[in-house]
Amino acid sequence: MSGRTIIPFGPQHPVLPEPIHLDLVVEDEKVIEAIPRIGFIHRGLERLVEKKDFIDFVYVAERICGICSFIHGMTYCLAVEEVMKIEVPARAQYLRIVWSELSRIHSHLLWLGLTADAFGFESLFMQSWRLRELILDIIEETTGGRVIFGSAKVGGVRRDISAEKMQEIVKKLRSYQKEMDDIGKVFLGDLTVQHRLRGVGVLSTASAKALGAVGPMLRASGVSSDIRMMGYSSYGTLDFAPIVEQDADCYARCKVRIRELDQSVGLIESAASKMIDGPIDVKVTGTPNGEFFARSEQPRGEVIYYAKGNGTKFLQRMRVRTPTFANITPLLETLKGCQLADVPVIVLTIDPCISCAER
Amino acid sequence: MAQEIMDITLGELMDKARKYQAQGFRLVQICCTKLPDTLELQYSFDKEYDFKSLRLTLPDASTPVPSISGVYLPAFLYENEIHDLFGINVHGMAVDYKGHFYMTAIKTPFNQPAQAEEKKA
Amino acid sequence: MGALSKSPWIIHYDGSSCNGCDIEVLAALMPRFDLERFGVINTGNPKHADILLLTGSINEQNKSVVKNIYDQMPHPKVVVAVGICATSGGIFRECYNVQGGADKVVPVDFYVPGCAVRPEALIDAAVAAVALLDKKRDAMKAGKA
Repeated sequence: MSGRTIIPFGPQHPVLPEPIHLDLVVEDEKVIEAIPRIGFIHRGLERLVEKKDFIDFVYVAERICGICSFIHGMTYCLAVEEVMKIEVPARAQYLRIVWSELSRIHSHLLWLGLTADAFGFESLFMQSWRLRELILDIIEETTGGRVIFGSAKVGGVRRDISAEKMQEIVKKLRSYQKEMDDIGKVFLGDLTVQHRLRGVGVLSTASAKALGAVGPMLRASGVSSDIRMMGYSSYGTLDFAPIVEQDADCYARCKVRIRELDQSVGLIESAASKMIDGPIDVKVTGTPNGEFFARSEQPRGEVIYYAKGNGTKFLQRMRVRTPTFANITPLLETLKGCQLADVPVIVLTIDPCISCAER
Repeated sequence: MAQEIMDITLGELMDKARKYQAQGFRLVQICCTKLPDTLELQYSFDKEYDFKSLRLTLPDASTPVPSISGVYLPAFLYENEIHDLFGINVHGMAVDYKGHFYMTAIKTPFNQPAQAEEKKA
Repeated sequence: MGALSKSPWIIHYDGSSCNGCDIEVLAALMPRFDLERFGVINTGNPKHADILLLTGSINEQNKSVVKNIYDQMPHPKVVVAVGICATSGGIFRECYNVQGGADKVVPVDFYVPGCAVRPEALIDAAVAAVALLDKKRDAMKAGKA
């Protein structure tokens, strides 16, 4: 009875909003190995830099992924600004933090919902997404978009948030925090949920490091690493520490994200208190000449933007390494030896964003 | 934020990768850039926010490049990617998709001159 | 209204979208917008589905997948192209691997604009799709009789 079978998983699969394909080599119900096949969403947008100039390309960068859209746009701007030696005004930097953290909150709530769906807790799924809508309301009020903000630009941001509005946002977030706590309690305290998450998909600290895991996946394996600690865009002036968990299973990854919800609310609050009046952008003159690797922390982990310019208005090369791409190898490791029924939950705990990964 | 990019030769690649691995660096990414006459490979490593890059210049895509997936397993994804998109001849990858990693309408799209693409439409 | 239009089942497939439209499709099914009040259920099985929601553009690798899902759906069926990418390729139409909108491989009945699409627009599309489902079913019956 122990013959090996290959079970194809995806690309169209009920738990996946996006297509990824895994060939699961199974022995009875146990997964021996997983071989990924990607490329279903590959568009080749990195080559668009040859057709859109470095200012216009922000729009493309924002559309690499519709969930962490703002941070994509912002990181692209960070890369170009560093190449061109542009100093972004302080107010714009704090506004970037506010929108980045709002993105993180909505992305984590989205993930919590999808995970609840993956382990079959439909009402928890709905509750998480109901809460997410409240965050989207704030985003829509401040940027005009629900998922694509269109607010980042080279040299600053496009929109301002007034002081009164900022206070109102902080107040709203404080009141939502209680609701987030409530769903957090279900995720972390409910027995049936724990039964699905605890001890499932363990990624040891050593393998997390060796396989290059990033983001919550890495922090849940006991490694303290958060690119925000590098202090880009004034994160350095805020007081916070990476959120680390030691259990290294799906439960720990869930816990990291739930704790990050609180952290993000705190960061928005301190960014709001430090925001001083001033311009929100600077005029951009000249063209990029040089190269730089910009790094930032997305909800899913570290993202890298490499920009290389040769003094014309079209960049020579723009490359994105997204967190999901880095987390694929660790995912394959965690799938080894798991039960077939746990595959969807484990795949979801890396918070896969396939459109990011394949560009 | 200063970034260190070190130029290396093809022969040094494996030694450097092993050295970084021994020091506890993780592989951040491998990136390929097509320049007018040459191709450039950049290997980036990171350890506690310390970011280092190695730059390898290749005269053309057919120059054989050893895979570092024996040292850093995740490298196989990046190497398959640059093999499919740029046509770089990487050998010895831990998992070799043999050009089926990305399925693209045209072969090695990043290594084509810009005009070639216009015809597609 | 027949049984079909009282409870049309939808299937969603992400062509090569940026996720923006996909999460809006899901958001439309959530309590705030509640597409389910029209009896709509999101299914993962093409053979159960009446309406195909396609997001994202068509590329080399996914065209066979999209075609396959469409072929597996029972008649009558309605295809909705969600978002500007599924309509024409959108901002990515110049990419080397993007062939264009969903209508390159399957016949599209409704185009929903937006980048990303808004859930309200999706509700409109679903209501229009239901009406068309009835029409198609009637036409099928007439053809058989």
